[in-house]
Amino acid sequence: MKRVGVFICHCGTNIAHTVDCEKVAKTAAEFPHVVFSTDYKYMCSEPGQMVIKNAIKEHKLDRIVVASCSPRMHEPTFRKCMESAGLNPYLMEMANIREHCSWVHPDKEKGTEKAIDLVKMAVAKVVKNTPLTRSSIPIHKRALVIGGGIAGIQAALDIADAGYVVDIVEKEPSIGGRMAQVDKTFPTLDCSACILTPKMVDAAQHPNINLVTYSEIEKVEGYVGNFEVTIRHKARSVDVSKCTGCGTCWEKCPTKVASEFELGLGTRKAIYTPFPQAVPNKPVIDRDNCRYFKTGKCMVCQKLCPTGAVDYTQEDQLETIRYGAIVVATGFDLFDHSVYGEYGYGKYPDVITGLQFERLINASGPTAGKIKRPSDHKEPKTIVFIKCVGSRDEAKGKPYCSKTCCMYTAKHATLVKEKIKDSQAIVFYMDVRTPGKNYEEFYQRAVDEYGVQYVRGRVSKIYQKGDKLIVKGEDTLLGKQVEVEADMVVLATAMVARSDAGDLARKVGFSYDQHDFFTEAHPKLRPVETHTAGVYLAGACQGPKDIPDSVSQASAAAAKVCGLLSKNEMATEPIISAVNESICSGCGLCISICPYKAIDLKTITERVHGKMLERQVAAVNSGLCQGCGACTVACRSSALNLRGFTNEQILAEVDALCL
Amino acid sequence: MSIEAVKADKAASQENWEPKILVFACNWCTYAGADLAGLSRLQYPPNVRILRVPCSGRVNPQFVIRAFQKGIDGVLVAGCHPGDCHYATGNYFTRRRYLVMQRLLEFMGMDPARFQARWISGSEGPKFQQVVTQLTQDIKALGPNRKLRDME
Repeated sequence: MKRVGVFICHCGTNIAHTVDCEKVAKTAAEFPHVVFSTDYKYMCSEPGQMVIKNAIKEHKLDRIVVASCSPRMHEPTFRKCMESAGLNPYLMEMANIREHCSWVHPDKEKGTEKAIDLVKMAVAKVVKNTPLTRSSIPIHKRALVIGGGIAGIQAALDIADAGYVVDIVEKEPSIGGRMAQVDKTFPTLDCSACILTPKMVDAAQHPNINLVTYSEIEKVEGYVGNFEVTIRHKARSVDVSKCTGCGTCWEKCPTKVASEFELGLGTRKAIYTPFPQAVPNKPVIDRDNCRYFKTGKCMVCQKLCPTGAVDYTQEDQLETIRYGAIVVATGFDLFDHSVYGEYGYGKYPDVITGLQFERLINASGPTAGKIKRPSDHKEPKTIVFIKCVGSRDEAKGKPYCSKTCCMYTAKHATLVKEKIKDSQAIVFYMDVRTPGKNYEEFYQRAVDEYGVQYVRGRVSKIYQKGDKLIVKGEDTLLGKQVEVEADMVVLATAMVARSDAGDLARKVGFSYDQHDFFTEAHPKLRPVETHTAGVYLAGACQGPKDIPDSVSQASAAAAKVCGLLSKNEMATEPIISAVNESICSGCGLCISICPYKAIDLKTITERVHGKMLERQVAAVNSGLCQGCGACTVACRSSALNLRGFTNEQILAEVDALCL
Repeated sequence: MSIEAVKADKAASQENWEPKILVFACNWCTYAGADLAGLSRLQYPPNVRILRVPCSGRVNPQFVIRAFQKGIDGVLVAGCHPGDCHYATGNYFTRRRYLVMQRLLEFMGMDPARFQARWISGSEGPKFQQVVTQLTQDIKALGPNRKLRDME
């Protein structure tokens, strides 16, 4: 026999004003299993909770219903109250008679009637409640950071400083990411390398950080606290332990190819480091272009290497490591502007992207920092900048704003005016958006002090005439057609997600949006977490971001990781799915519906008619299950049930309401 | 009961008849939206009873059928907007099941308008008010559910 106690709260007059609480309590006393029912002015207050505790003792209650405000408000309060009275906290249900009743129904008679119904439903449910206990899972104190750009480096440094071991997995031969390609940073114009390279070195020298470069994530299994990650170490063809980074090999290598790091504006060798400040400063051999791998002859680098580090026989290696938490910081790509016919389908050599321009003005770039046109290496005098190329364009590009282009275009225009005194910088824009500390001031300085010309309007056509580029557009403020004879055009192309972003999200098991940017758990309140416990986001892989935003998000993600790793064990919510193995048919329908990959099939052995038989049944991983209950509906045999919201509990509520 | 008595009973009950409507509200969006409606003191008809579920995807069509069997007049399943599900994909299944359920109810000879699915976020108190007010009006117009109700 269940012994239910019902407690009706007046909430001062919030409830009592439009609900006859005494009547509700009296009526509730007649419900099946109810042995005690009372009302009180403030149930959540200290004396209110004493009323509950005393009643539990006095009437030997084994479960209670509190009819008061929303459970979203005071469920934890009353669960604690249950615990201190020595009962299981999950043997309590709340009837929401404030938000859902007294506050919305001014008619006292009808409100009271509804309140009685709500209490009746809660009583019917609580009778079917079972004691639930929080379980715990161990936390493995090691973190993985995927991506070695500024966000990944910052997250790793913060986690490592807190005393945990971190691995940075980077697919390129060096860490540094996009920020390493950038020349100066807005709004202070300090050089990107000067602030980034010390951090790269810090990361390399940190005793708690392992740099795993030229490697990719192959497979991720497990769950929060216990991820089993398989990393593919791509064959570097160079023994990192022997290599000193002297550079003899890449000086003498006979094969030149277009450099990815220089975005096609410069060249590199077949054995190379992406850029001079690379960390680690150890080369890799690009096997697709290496003469030895293509023809079997050459071997110049191996012959010249003073330490004998070049090893053509290396192969990809797989390594599986266990991690407690994962930070995803894979960054962004640039929009491919060749879809725009009006900008020349990407065919004009002097129409370049903003990032290519960064390389042109970078002292370590292909032109040693002198602005030269890619076509004839002449110094351009008139440079046109076009903003929102691919951004804010639903037809051909992306509907979102890429956030950084307004600022870096202002920066580029400023730098042009600084480096070429008699130059003209003209910016075609839709809007100028400069939200950020000192951003608007920076933009105003570009206009007022440097004399950058801003023209509000779109460019309708660019075509070549002689060695000039004719830029035709409209000045919508003056309502006039404009035609500019430009030497070079720089497009502020949109930030887009990495082309392999979706693959990675599926491998790790978290969600991404229609633009392949990774989805945070809550856009405002949980911006660095994913829906998958133990996986966090940092930087532009979550959406367009500039450096300050990426760094702060990285530190935020690191704080979350440290919070997780500081515990030895993690308590898990008991409201999760459970399998009744005796009726599970092992059909596996639940596996595909589960958004958290929390269900797997396992083999059980059971005795049937004296014989031992093996069969497969579903098994719920308590570390991964978040308790949504999707699987319970997919289950044809009703073998799956959601604790705390079982089929029986919900049906009892339905029955109580209808009868 | 004689036929006359049944008719008289029906006439009498129809006069003061008020529909009973069950709302399955997901904990993260619609339940919070209903809380917000309360917080903003937005009034709506007292005919609706909210049953909290973790996700609209938790609502088994069997629950809905059971409610109709037990004589409920209307059922609303409400969850987060598509793309906003707290559990990533739960409401997509709700959406598909809703479409199938509508066809099933129609096949069974019931007005499919008695069963609705809506997306109401945690910030949409006014939308909750508007949806349940409209639903109550619609169900009132349809009259009591007699089709699936168990014989008593």
